Amino acid sequence: MDVEILARIQFAFTIAFHYIYPPLSIGIGLIMVIMEGLYLKTGNKDYEILTRFWLKIFAITFGIGVATGIIMEFEFGTNWAVYSKYVGDIFGSALAAEGLFAFGLESTFLGILVFGWNRVSPKVHFISTIGVFFGSMFSAVWIVVANSWQQTPAGYHIVGEGLSARAEVTDFWAMVLNPSSVDRIIHTWQGAFLAGAFMVLSVHAYYLRKGRYTEISKKAFKIALVVATMVSFTQLLSGHSSADGVAVNQPAKLAAMEGHYEKSSPADLYLLGWVDNGNQKVTGLGIPGGLSFLVHQDFKAPITGLNAFPEEDRPGQVNAVFQFYHIMISIGMFLIALTFYACFLWWRGTLFNKKWLMWLFSFSVILPQIANQAGWFAAEMGRQPWIVYGHLRTSEGFSQEVSANQIIFSLVLFMVVYSLLLVLFLYSLNKKIKHGPYDEAKNALEII
Amino acid sequence: METFLGLDYPTLWYLVVGLLFSGYAILEGFDYGAGAWHLFFKKDLSRRIAINAIGPIWDANQVWLIIGGGALFAGFPIMYATMLSAMYIPFMLFLMLLVLRSSAIKFRSAEEMPWWRKTWDIIYFVSNTAIAFLLGVVLGNVLQGFEIDSNFSYKGGIFFSFLSPYAIMVGFTTLSIFMTQGAIFLLLKTEGRLHSRLTFLLKKGMIFFIISFSVTSLYTLIFIPGVTDNFKETPMFFILPVLAFLAVANVPRLVSKKKYSYALIFSSLTMAFLLMLVAFQLYPTLLPSTIDPKYSVTIYNAASSQKSLGIMLTIVVIGTPLLAGYFIFLYKTFYGKVKLDDTSY
Ligand code: HDD
Ligand code: HEM
Ligand code: HEM
Repeated sequence: MDVEILARIQFAFTIAFHYIYPPLSIGIGLIMVIMEGLYLKTGNKDYEILTRFWLKIFAITFGIGVATGIIMEFEFGTNWAVYSKYVGDIFGSALAAEGLFAFGLESTFLGILVFGWNRVSPKVHFISTIGVFFGSMFSAVWIVVANSWQQTPAGYHIVGEGLSARAEVTDFWAMVLNPSSVDRIIHTWQGAFLAGAFMVLSVHAYYLRKGRYTEISKKAFKIALVVATMVSFTQLLSGHSSADGVAVNQPAKLAAMEGHYEKSSPADLYLLGWVDNGNQKVTGLGIPGGLSFLVHQDFKAPITGLNAFPEEDRPGQVNAVFQFYHIMISIGMFLIALTFYACFLWWRGTLFNKKWLMWLFSFSVILPQIANQAGWFAAEMGRQPWIVYGHLRTSEGFSQEVSANQIIFSLVLFMVVYSLLLVLFLYSLNKKIKHGPYDEAKNALEII
Repeated sequence: METFLGLDYPTLWYLVVGLLFSGYAILEGFDYGAGAWHLFFKKDLSRRIAINAIGPIWDANQVWLIIGGGALFAGFPIMYATMLSAMYIPFMLFLMLLVLRSSAIKFRSAEEMPWWRKTWDIIYFVSNTAIAFLLGVVLGNVLQGFEIDSNFSYKGGIFFSFLSPYAIMVGFTTLSIFMTQGAIFLLLKTEGRLHSRLTFLLKKGMIFFIISFSVTSLYTLIFIPGVTDNFKETPMFFILPVLAFLAVANVPRLVSKKKYSYALIFSSLTMAFLLMLVAFQLYPTLLPSTIDPKYSVTIYNAASSQKSLGIMLTIVVIGTPLLAGYFIFLYKTFYGKVKLDDTSY
């Protein structure tokens, strides 16, 4: 296999693995802030128990997020040297700001959060929780800004030519607030909140099913359900706004997302389908003219299709982009239905009586995870063949001096070490959950 | 070119990157160093205490690496890209070892089984030792220079060429100074039997350091061309090696007086002086080319635009006091001997 493909596989593998953890940390962070805030406000011990319990789970996900994140930071240089030189001027400031403002905040306060219960006052501890939560939100901001810039570049000019061409900042704020960054930051944040909220829902649904920790689990479940309901609905809005942006800025990507080939004609909106890229045909179930309607509020409005672009300027994996995109949307719709239904039952007072619903919630933890991954895969594969949209091709961006053997070596290492990490993560997560927030045999107030 | 306080932006950014990497070397130096002694402690409890000594702070210390890496990418993208892609194998190993090390810290004490703990102890020891060593190896390679051709393309070997004798020597020197740091840090954090054992180990560490440092220095002076050029121009800077030596000579005295905080400060100073020495020796080159000096990566041909550097300097001016505040708060909170409790690893 050639260096480009290997480098892409390695990048996709390592970033997808990294992206399992940060959304959980961000989302659990939000729930912890709410729980600890309620504890300080009401003085109710239950909330303290909950905060301490979720803190332990938070610490594991955070740890693995950090370990895998450092690898990402250096992988730009090792595998994407040409790209790094090209975007350094732009990207660098985002990354530097991220380190200083976000990671600094997160990682220093984390120590206090996890080890400081007996050393600082509850108020200071709460402030540290907020600090870590904001830190993790900021980490998402800068890195998504950097990625959004490569999707929709702005505030720059190109200097030099050929191998030494590079982008330089001309307008910092135009660079930061490029056309897609705001939509995408909000959308990724929300994806993270959903990942965290469903994690909390899942664990407490499990306890409720087993009849363990019933009182505190009801409290936790309600907190997370409120978050999940609000966010899953607004996720639709921010996603829609993203799609509007894609229609304007990256028409080839939008066309790939819906498998729309004809140069300029009304486009359908598929619920599910299969794209035959060779014959330029989509088989599936959809609303005729639906995409035209969403973008232009008119079922007849033309949408630019893939054939409007030369062969070498279109995403190669149209079906993959289509599938990832539709997986994300289907999950989004399902989460809206699930959370609204649960709220309805809550209002009726029968939320916790339905065993099957608790089952469903226990398993639904996986759904936001899948949607998050699928969203990124759709966005990133839809960006191909460009590594910097419209300027630098992925085939030009990788490190010229790195050989295929080197990448195979590191890829195998990553696979081995990451499998180990995943096993350790799941194992300790399972252990923490089985063990529970406190020892039921002993006095409930004596926290472990 | 725009300047501030009489220094141009690339030079200022060189100082920023230098400071960040020095911070990293000093802070993670004692973390890695502490870990490189791990198997010298025999009892499970001692090992647990040693890990918990760095428990609340290692994550924060690691931020210096992240910010340093970010700063290098931001300010000198060409250096970042050339160095990392040329040193692919050592960096991948380094990153992998970092992952293993943090897993060891997190998971070692999570189970009681002796085999579990022993395995993690070994992983922890090996990863810390190897990380310290690799950092030195990379530094050695940078000092020696790379085979860089026009357009910053690397022409050297790809798998094992990073293990030159000189790089290995610098690797040992780095390991030894980290171990010295680590032992002093643990002295500050421990009591009783473990403490007396460390007093003994520290002596060995210092001897290790003095030997490897002398050998490396001699080798540098004799075999690495051009290292003393900058010094001939500005002889005042000969004070740096002298200061480094004085600082380290002070350590045994302070340790015998049980002033461990001061000892740690002085061994950190040694490290700082040595790094300044390196920085001064290189300036304004970042990565010398062994093919032809005109192909070297320097702070001028590798730098981001003036505009970008200006923005980032602003970010640093705002961010550094914040970061310093967080660190002071963190270190204050956890000052003193390790006390194991229900939140410990
Ligand atoms: C700031 C930069 C940045 C950020 C935040 C992300 N990516 Fe990305 N991604 C890249 C920068 C990048 C890249 C370096 O630019 C790659 C390498 C090859 C390419 O074309 O773009 C890339 C490729 C790439 C590919 C391979 C696409 C292909 O080769 O067809 C996948 C699947 C992902 N990414 C997935 C993700 C996921 C799951 C992310 C969420 C965390 C993510 N990316 C965030
Ligand atoms: C290629 C892109 C990325 C790089 C280079 C990167 C880099 C890093 C680094 C260096 C760390 C460790 C920081 C520390 O010690 O605190 C980290 C952790 C983290 N990253 Fe990433 N990251 C990337 C993608 C993302 C994305 C897309 C998000 C979120 C939307 C994200 C969110 C976080 C968070 C919240 C943490 C803290 C640890 C955790 O919560 O799990 N990162 N990342
Ligand atoms: C419910 C309807 C949804 C719509 C209409 C929608 C729409 C979109 C669109 C158009 C993109 C591509 C943006 C771009 O390439 O610039 C995207 C990306 C993404 N989506 Fe969604 N989405 C929805 C639901 C979800 C859900 C439920 C999640 C996760 C829980 C999610 C997570 C993501 C992520 C992580 C990305 C990649 C980051 C980004 O590009 O913003 N989405 N979404």
